[in-house]
Amino acid sequence: MDYQNLFTQTQVIGPENHGAPINEYDMRERTRGIGFSYLLGKLGNAQLGPIYLGRLGVASLICFMTAFVIIGFNMLAQVGWNPIQMVKQLFWLSLDPPSPKYGLRLAPLSEGGWWNICGLFLTTSILLWWLRTYNRAKALGMGTHVPWAFAAAIWLYLVLGLFRPVLMGSWSEGVPFGIFPHLDWTAALSIRYGNLFYNPFHMLSIFFLYGSVLLFGMHGATILAVGRYGGEREIEQIVDRGTASERAALFWRWTMGFNATMESIHRWAWWFAVLCPISGGIGILLTGTFVDNWYVWAMHHGMVPSYPSTNMIDPSIATPAFTPAIQGAK
Amino acid sequence: MRKIYLSLVALLGASLILSGCERPSFQRDQSGFRGTAMVNVQNPRINADKAKLNELPPSTGPIPGDGPKAADVYKNVKVLGNLSQAQFTTFMVSMTSWVAPQDGCSYCHNVANFAEDAKYTKIVARRMIQMNQNINANWKDHVKETGVTCYTCHRGNNIPQNVWFKEVPQGISGPALGQRNGQNAPAASVAYSSLTNEPFSKYLLQSNPARIQGKEGLPNGNVHSLQETEHVYGLMMHFSKSLGVNCTYCHNSRSFADWSQSTPQRGLAWYAIQMVKDTNNTYMEPLSSTFPAHRLGGLGDVAKANCATCHQGVNKPLYGKSMLADYPYLAKQYSETPKVGTSLAAK
Repeated sequence: MDYQNLFTQTQVIGPENHGAPINEYDMRERTRGIGFSYLLGKLGNAQLGPIYLGRLGVASLICFMTAFVIIGFNMLAQVGWNPIQMVKQLFWLSLDPPSPKYGLRLAPLSEGGWWNICGLFLTTSILLWWLRTYNRAKALGMGTHVPWAFAAAIWLYLVLGLFRPVLMGSWSEGVPFGIFPHLDWTAALSIRYGNLFYNPFHMLSIFFLYGSVLLFGMHGATILAVGRYGGEREIEQIVDRGTASERAALFWRWTMGFNATMESIHRWAWWFAVLCPISGGIGILLTGTFVDNWYVWAMHHGMVPSYPSTNMIDPSIATPAFTPAIQGAK
Repeated sequence: MRKIYLSLVALLGASLILSGCERPSFQRDQSGFRGTAMVNVQNPRINADKAKLNELPPSTGPIPGDGPKAADVYKNVKVLGNLSQAQFTTFMVSMTSWVAPQDGCSYCHNVANFAEDAKYTKIVARRMIQMNQNINANWKDHVKETGVTCYTCHRGNNIPQNVWFKEVPQGISGPALGQRNGQNAPAASVAYSSLTNEPFSKYLLQSNPARIQGKEGLPNGNVHSLQETEHVYGLMMHFSKSLGVNCTYCHNSRSFADWSQSTPQRGLAWYAIQMVKDTNNTYMEPLSSTFPAHRLGGLGDVAKANCATCHQGVNKPLYGKSMLADYPYLAKQYSETPKVGTSLAAK
């Protein structure tokens, strides 16, 4: 049974497969070495390579490494060039965007200029990588679904680091390059703009995120469950419905009255996946530019219920704040 | 064999990931309208560790206020001179046990001549008594009738264990690398978040409202930056850590700025900010030149107070028990012109 099913944990390692020959040029750009790994075979295909490097790939890698090194050396300098401290404090360290006083001008390197340079290289790297995925899909005569799905993620990235800061007129609105710092930034953005949970596009984004998870779980489970009837041959089953497809379809009709087809389930999954960053990006782009306080905005439009007041009154209305005679006096 | 090896690795990985977590279960108390997640979360095991620190020192019982006055019996008594001799000596003994239990009288006094003002500690202690009186008399909006004594902050230490100094600006040299922006370091002051390590100068020394959210839905001149938001956020992390409470102790997190959804504790906290600003500006900063260099911070500034100075991890210092019954004179206003902006001046 195990070897008859493509969904098997038995590893069958065959001769090296160099893939479809396309043309002289594309063959030249592939790495020659092909390896096999048992552990890789646990996760997917045991064969590693050939990797298509290409000019775009090389340029993208150089840009990425430049950005990576800029971030790395800034972090290393922050801990006094001590590698052990760098490891210990890694989650806290960050390359921060410039302060608001610089607006959209290039700040001095030590005050956020490195952030702009790093962002330029990282963005270039990502865009070159996108072109590479597009070219490779075309070279193989595939559709361009993968590059466009990747573009949806790039849209959100560009909104966060480029489009929104430009619309707000300040690079300081951009995201820091750091692990905890970018999470704190996320929380701070939500707090500053009155709670992002009240942003309808954020709601949509969460809907598509959870929806993607649900569809992924349903689809993966269905195909695994009918694998014993050849259900993993999904593409053939679109045109030549077999018993696996029949059973899978009937299962969902029995349980919820409706079933996706072998073809449409992939469109469902693709659209849910790309709409998550697309709607999220719209929500971020509107934050601060068109809406300053999402909570107040949502209450104004009656989106959510209000709760009984606690009858607390801002004490600063009745009592002036304590102000020292000289601000910041010695 | 491989399975055993893999499960060992998985076990090690899981324990590494969970090593920073607190063990359940937690005590949860609803503090607001149902469905709004207004809940105070407490860990009974962490609270048990705090119990020792929050025990009251032994009570002296009330000391009679009649008999000869301290000012008539002793020389150079500038504050508390109207206490009876018995009250005065009791207070001196209590103060020693609160602030300098190891050093004894000689921490502040020249034991050959108690009246002498030679030691800086005596000058500071005298001013701190006035600070105590100011807090108890003028900041009832925060300390209520519970009030504070030296022990609230000192707890047997010469310097209270939780004080803050201004941050020394980071010097950047060479290829302009390594700007930390005063943040992005695991600092206890902001509960080990990567937020602004020293948010105190801005809000607990200078007077800046810690308010960044706009009151209107659409943009209408609210220019507070994300960086400023992180300063306030850092300060709030300090509040939370110092009091051992979560955000919902004061705020409804759906709208942090909205007073009509906040708890009464938020009002107390607002008065606390004003009180600490008064304390730092009126009492601590002017003592900068009195302290010797080794007691000062990197910028030559004096140790200053924040929430943790008194609270030390609990929502009410010493669990809200008052020591003023034994020391009623610490709640008396001494004669100094009330400062503009205090609640007294406003009333």
